Amino acid sequence: MIGLYVPGSTLVHRAPALAKLGLLAVTIAVITVLQEPWQLAAAVGGVGVLFLAARIPPRMVWRHVVPILWLLAIAVPVQALFAGWTAALMMGGRVAASVALAALFTLTTTVSSVLDACQQLLRPFRRWVDGDRVGLLLALTIRCVPLTAEIVREVIEARRARGATGSLTALAVPVIVRSLQSAEALGEALVARGLDD
Amino acid sequence: MSVIEFSRVEHSYGERPVLRGVDLVLGEGRIGIVGANGSGKSTLARMINGLVTPDLGTVTVDGLDVTRQGREVRRRVGFVFTNPDNQIVMPTVSEDVAFTLRKSGLSKPDVAKRVASTLERFGLAAHAEHPAHRLSGGQKQLLALASVLVAEPSVVVADEPTTLLDARNARLIGQMLSSLEQQVVVVTHQLELLDGFDRVVVIDEGRIVADDTPDAALGAYRSLIA
Repeated sequence: MIGLYVPGSTLVHRAPALAKLGLLAVTIAVITVLQEPWQLAAAVGGVGVLFLAARIPPRMVWRHVVPILWLLAIAVPVQALFAGWTAALMMGGRVAASVALAALFTLTTTVSSVLDACQQLLRPFRRWVDGDRVGLLLALTIRCVPLTAEIVREVIEARRARGATGSLTALAVPVIVRSLQSAEALGEALVARGLDD
Repeated sequence: MSVIEFSRVEHSYGERPVLRGVDLVLGEGRIGIVGANGSGKSTLARMINGLVTPDLGTVTVDGLDVTRQGREVRRRVGFVFTNPDNQIVMPTVSEDVAFTLRKSGLSKPDVAKRVASTLERFGLAAHAEHPAHRLSGGQKQLLALASVLVAEPSVVVADEPTTLLDARNARLIGQMLSSLEQQVVVVTHQLELLDGFDRVVVIDEGRIVADDTPDAALGAYRSLIA
């Protein structure tokens, strides 16, 4: 979601975020309980068709699949030792299909749509939970990932420039201090943008 | 133009006084504030938006007290920070601009229309769906300015908006600030940014030491820091 959204106007892009979120949950639940290899193969094929329908560039699909392949390269053989190859491949297929579906949601849904969906979901509970605040919290959490990554990168560079390469303290202290400063500045900017209530 | 009024304003951070008895009425279209580091100029600018409130005295914008009516003041006064990274909230450029209008009461099509025209105006239309954190420094500052101006404030306060930028991007931001129809208050060390301004206020150790036309005030400032 951190800049992963691929702009588009396909049916997958245009579908309401809340509906997509619901379908994602239901489909993953169904994939989890599939017992027959042909059923799982059909599900994986269906996921592939959805990616094609959303016109996601193959390199973006690859970027999302690679990290899972590393995990599966370890998990599937281990599972095969205990439960046999069929069960292990079924487990691998379930994980891959579920992760691919979640990636498809991320690639075709803007953060603002997700925030709106959260607010809609929380509307029945508005007496107890402020949907706006939860949405803002989610947005800020997502925003803080690249912000913190940038701080870490700068601190590592500064540390190298000063010859302090091995010290964890030399990394942690400035990262924490700068993260707190950034959080304060971000809070001030939110107030300045009228989001102070 | 809005009237910004400081009346006997005092402010301290802990034991350190940063503003000492400031009296000032700002009603011109283009106002510059200059001073050395720690002189109190950023605190003065933040008071216009109500981000900092005075310990003593009052600050008003069109008669609205920034201490008691901060929210109303912030609807009129937009604030641009030095580091645009701290101002970006949403992942994509268009979402970040639209974020300012979340509580504006405008319909979704109206928000989309206003965001599109603002991005067009700031030359960011081609980047609308791009990740905001991957823009260049100049583009990020343009985005910060666009995110403020989409709310159509009557005053724009910019605190050293070009400090982190190269000369070309600093010039671009300067031109953009000069072209605004809003009243503009700029805090800066880059004196060329104040070309064509109506008035410049020089602040030193929390006191106004010069308040004049840019030529006269900047002459006084140069003498002060020489």
